[in-house]
Amino acid sequence: MTPILLVEQILNGIQSGMTLFLMAAGLTLVFGVMGLINLAHGSLYMIGAFAAAAVAGATGSFALALMAALAASAAAGAVVERVVIRRLYDRDHLDQVLATFALILVFSEGTRWLFGSFPLYLDIPDALSGPVTLPGGIEYPRYRLAIIAIGAAVAASLGLLITRTRLGVRIRAGENDREMIAALGVDISRLYTVVFALGAGLAGLAGALVGAIRSVQVGMGEPVLILAFVVIVIGGIGSIRGALVGALLVGMTDTLGGVLLPPFFGLFMEGSAAASLGSSLASMLIYVLMAGVLVVRPSGLYGGRA
Amino acid sequence: MTRETLVNIALALLLLAVPLWAYTADEPFIITLATRAAILALAGVGLNLALGTGGLVSFGHAAFFGVGGYAMGILASHAQGYVPLMEWPFTVEGTKSMPVIWLVAMLSAGLAALGIGALSLRTSGVYFIMITLAFGQMFYYFAISWPAYGGEDGLSIYVRNGFPGLNTLDPIQFFALAYALLMLALFAMGRLARAPFGLALNAARQSTERVETGGIGVYRLRLTAFAVSGVVTGLAGALFADLNRFVSPTMFSWQTSGEIMVFVILGGVGRLFGPVAGAMLFIVLEHMLGGVSEFWHIWLGAILLFVVLFARGGIVGALAGRADG
Repeated sequence: MTPILLVEQILNGIQSGMTLFLMAAGLTLVFGVMGLINLAHGSLYMIGAFAAAAVAGATGSFALALMAALAASAAAGAVVERVVIRRLYDRDHLDQVLATFALILVFSEGTRWLFGSFPLYLDIPDALSGPVTLPGGIEYPRYRLAIIAIGAAVAASLGLLITRTRLGVRIRAGENDREMIAALGVDISRLYTVVFALGAGLAGLAGALVGAIRSVQVGMGEPVLILAFVVIVIGGIGSIRGALVGALLVGMTDTLGGVLLPPFFGLFMEGSAAASLGSSLASMLIYVLMAGVLVVRPSGLYGGRA
Repeated sequence: MTRETLVNIALALLLLAVPLWAYTADEPFIITLATRAAILALAGVGLNLALGTGGLVSFGHAAFFGVGGYAMGILASHAQGYVPLMEWPFTVEGTKSMPVIWLVAMLSAGLAALGIGALSLRTSGVYFIMITLAFGQMFYYFAISWPAYGGEDGLSIYVRNGFPGLNTLDPIQFFALAYALLMLALFAMGRLARAPFGLALNAARQSTERVETGGIGVYRLRLTAFAVSGVVTGLAGALFADLNRFVSPTMFSWQTSGEIMVFVILGGVGRLFGPVAGAMLFIVLEHMLGGVSEFWHIWLGAILLFVVLFARGGIVGALAGRADG
């Protein structure tokens, strides 16, 4: 393994961590503020990707496509919150899991019905295509660097939003005591819709960004959703900082495990057996990481309460 | 006799009567559908102990379903290829005998449940849901990337495994086996629910602190329930694989976990015959809506949403009124 390849893989890990963070941030906010476990978050990711692919196909502009992704998924999130989700806040987690599972079925089949089963493709814009040469002579795709930058920018502004703005104060107050802030005159039901739409918009943005690297298709959201669950469980549910740390950990473990484990087993095993054992274990590695974290800290790295 | 008992008897008779009618009318496909319903109900019966009685919302029961399925697939594939399973330190041959396969499936699913449960039960609430989901995914990805037993493509078995004295290739005889196992499991679960173990488990769901104060170790209680639950779902997995003569990583997928959960919920959480009603309704919906529209999952989603939001007792709850516990 050359150092250049290693650096590339580390960057890939950070990039996948950043997209995971965009997903996990919404999930963890919604859980922290409303106490809701939302399986349909992956559907919002898919809606973002489909909206981006449709708008990019019609206008040819990637910037418009990204805005469409944000708008469509945030709007879908707001509608779903008004119609279904708000009936679930007082229910137990089992009901929430089932109702949002039902929403996945509706969204996935509905999208299949509208767009068909064939994957759509979203092209990387010309301005962001091609490699950049980093210090040390490393060539790295410009688009992936842009994803890292967008993720970092979102993380920073989300941090500012939560700690510095009035909305952030309300969100934090809502996490602690919803009756109290309702009594203080905050329109709690509007706050919930805003938080849900914010999370949905971030998920849609992630879907559109990843959709340009991979294909846009029905069912693309669920594998990412499960990774995002792993992220917020590791980071501690409700914590944005935990989501960021967890996302980077998971992105790195997943990427580097796949690259490093097969040659590692190759040191003391015969080639093809090493490759297959290495890749099977690599695909399980993040779950091992999660189990490890939970054994040491049952409520995650930054989680205060279970 | 309570109303729920009557509903239960009616459900058991209905599941028996449909394939018998199909047998006389020479409709083997209906018999296969009924067999599927019985097997999926069995998987739900397993989950119902953890979910309904124990209040443990496991989103990873596909792991046990799949382990049961793969136990069957691995044993039978070795038997049909005449390759011993292992040769050192002693030779283990594959087998095509159902009772042996069932035993292995139940044992391995039970061990998997014990391991997963031991770690997962350290957490509770949402963490428990997510960690069980993640363990299920772990098995899924392992099955996909492990090439020895078909990897992503799964494993096919040419001939259904045998049961002494029966011709399992005959749909009605295989149905009889699945039905008998389902009834046996229901009987055992009914007894378990009234035994001190079941009562304590139920009480622990309602108030953990009280049960702890009463001197019962809740962790061990729940772990036992989780393992038993895994054993039953594992047996269902072995039967399901035998029904299709095929195992694939799909059995491990999170959608499978979700569907097993859906049987339990549609039927009524914590009701003895809830999974039976739920699985039967699921099969009927799949068959009827699947004929009307390719996109029948939309309607399934809508129905499920309605049940969760407005009809919380499920089918058995609607037919038999409120639960008495």
